[in-house]
Amino acid sequence: MALPDEFSISRRGLLAAGAASVAAASASSSVAEAQSRPLADPPPTAKLRFDVNGTAHDLELDTRTTLLDALREHLHLSGTKKGCDHGQCGACTVIVDGRRINSCLTLAVMHDGEKITTIEGLGTPDKMHAMQEAFVAHDGFQCGYCTPGQICSAVAVLDEIKAGIPSHVTADLTAAPTVTNMEIRERMSGNICRCGAYPNIVAAIGDVAGVKA
Amino acid sequence: MKSFTYERVDTPAAATAAFARTKGSRYIAGGTNLLDLMKLEIETPGHLIDISRLALDKIEPTPEGGLRIGAMVRNTDLAADARVRRDYGLVSRALVAGASGQLRNKATTAGNLLQRTRCPYFYDPNQPCNKRNPGSGCAAIGGFSRLHAVVGASEACIATHPSDMAVAMQALDAAVETVDAAGKTRSIALADFYRPPGTTPHLENMLAPGELITGVTLPKPVGGIHIYHKVRDRASYAFALISVGAIVQPDGSGRVALGGVAYKPWRVKAAEAEMPRGAKAVATALLAGAKTSHENAYKLPLVERTLAGVLMQARG
Ligand SMILES: Cc1cc2nc3c(=O)[nH]c(=O)nc-3n(C[C@H](O)[C@H](O)[C@H](O)COP(=O)(O)OP(=O)(O)OC[C@H]3O[C@@H](n4cnc5c(N)ncnc54)[C@H](O)[C@@H]3O)c2cc1C
Ligand code: SF4
Repeated sequence: MALPDEFSISRRGLLAAGAASVAAASASSSVAEAQSRPLADPPPTAKLRFDVNGTAHDLELDTRTTLLDALREHLHLSGTKKGCDHGQCGACTVIVDGRRINSCLTLAVMHDGEKITTIEGLGTPDKMHAMQEAFVAHDGFQCGYCTPGQICSAVAVLDEIKAGIPSHVTADLTAAPTVTNMEIRERMSGNICRCGAYPNIVAAIGDVAGVKA
Repeated sequence: MKSFTYERVDTPAAATAAFARTKGSRYIAGGTNLLDLMKLEIETPGHLIDISRLALDKIEPTPEGGLRIGAMVRNTDLAADARVRRDYGLVSRALVAGASGQLRNKATTAGNLLQRTRCPYFYDPNQPCNKRNPGSGCAAIGGFSRLHAVVGASEACIATHPSDMAVAMQALDAAVETVDAAGKTRSIALADFYRPPGTTPHLENMLAPGELITGVTLPKPVGGIHIYHKVRDRASYAFALISVGAIVQPDGSGRVALGGVAYKPWRVKAAEAEMPRGAKAVATALLAGAKTSHENAYKLPLVERTLAGVLMQARG
């Protein structure tokens, strides 16, 4: 299973190295030096170990591999989605050491030793997480592409409110925030849904929090 | 993305030593700006030094009664800190007005200050841009300049600094603390930290190569009502067109810093003297000498009206 994958990555690395040598003329001298490795040299790799959904993984990856690509292309956990790949859409949201982040804007190697939870780790079709059940019950999606990111984000949002982290719409900075329609909408603004399922997403999150949002 | 080698360091001294040792080095903290730009090959470091696990992640009181914020404190943690919420509300407000929950969980204090402009031409390698490619020209001048600076700009570059947090910190007289490879530390007032674009818009701040930001200090609290009002194209998760960070005292005096109008948060002492006379007087002094294009001239009345709203809100 692992072989074809590694093959394709080193092929991609070779292509990138080729492109780099073409671009080197316009790059600064220090960068040019870093890129002047012979074409046959494989790109630098790094070893790492992290826990994904309760399973430890040892990987050796091209240093450029984002956490998102490590999950999808190397661990074949394709539940986490690639949308914009620039932190603008939230489809790649996963939970790392209890906090939601955009997995596209971080390197896999930077997460050595950490604990990652993806949509696959929140629940399974037979044993869904309460948030997954609520999204189904409230029809919190249409095409479903943004949904894994929405659900990971939503689970973390309720934790953030519980932890007292303020948001842009929290009226009193010194008081504990509560779960309201406006709070959910503001805190979920990093997850874009092109189908516009927002009202149902908010309803689903409110349901899990035990409020009518 | 160009390939690069990677190392993680445990101490500031190891970070600056690694930087001095390896050509083409760059520090990476949250990575939310640097990686974005590396994907577009606007940034092309040959070696990344991961400083995200340095123990610079604490917020501590200073002997002067202020706060010292470690360079690696995440934006979420800074916004949520009880002392910051109570005494430096402007910082919390500015932070939660920026980016998204996911990004704030990664973004660091130092990285936020050093994030690069959102000028669309800077992001488009097919366009001339003196900041990205010195000497190539500036596509924004005479181009799509709706987002661009109205004060402090030059013939070479009219980009704005996109940070919300920096606006609040400038209003609070923050200072940036650094260390270099020789172990020498210094403190730079945030007001003097960003370089005017002049003829060298690719040089954005006063840091020497390899100089590491270790933290930001805030002087002791100044009281007053803290309001951060950000005007943007959508209600959340968008960069500022303009923003007003204000601290208003019961007697009507106070401080104002603007975001989205210049290469740095824009604060003018003479303008603050006008605070009791109202928004028009303050805005006029703040934006004296403004140079606008037909696309960004709207920023001048927008600043005045936003400020008027802020002052009204402060009066309650
Ligand atoms: C979709 C999107 C929306 C956003 N919206 C907003 C917004 O509305 N308002 C806003 O203010 N910001 C916004 N941001 C920007 C965000 O705040 C920055 O990306 C973030 O603060 C950068 O911090 P970081 O730790 O990730 O920096 P990194 O990307 O790790 O680093 C940025 C730069 O700082 C340097 N650096 C980092 N730490 C140090 C140090 N200690 N010493 C010396 N150099 C250092 C790095 O070498 C790099 O050049 C947005 C970003 C995205 C992707
Ligand atoms: S305004 Fe500055 S960043 Fe934008 S194109 Fe001109 S030189 Fe580049």
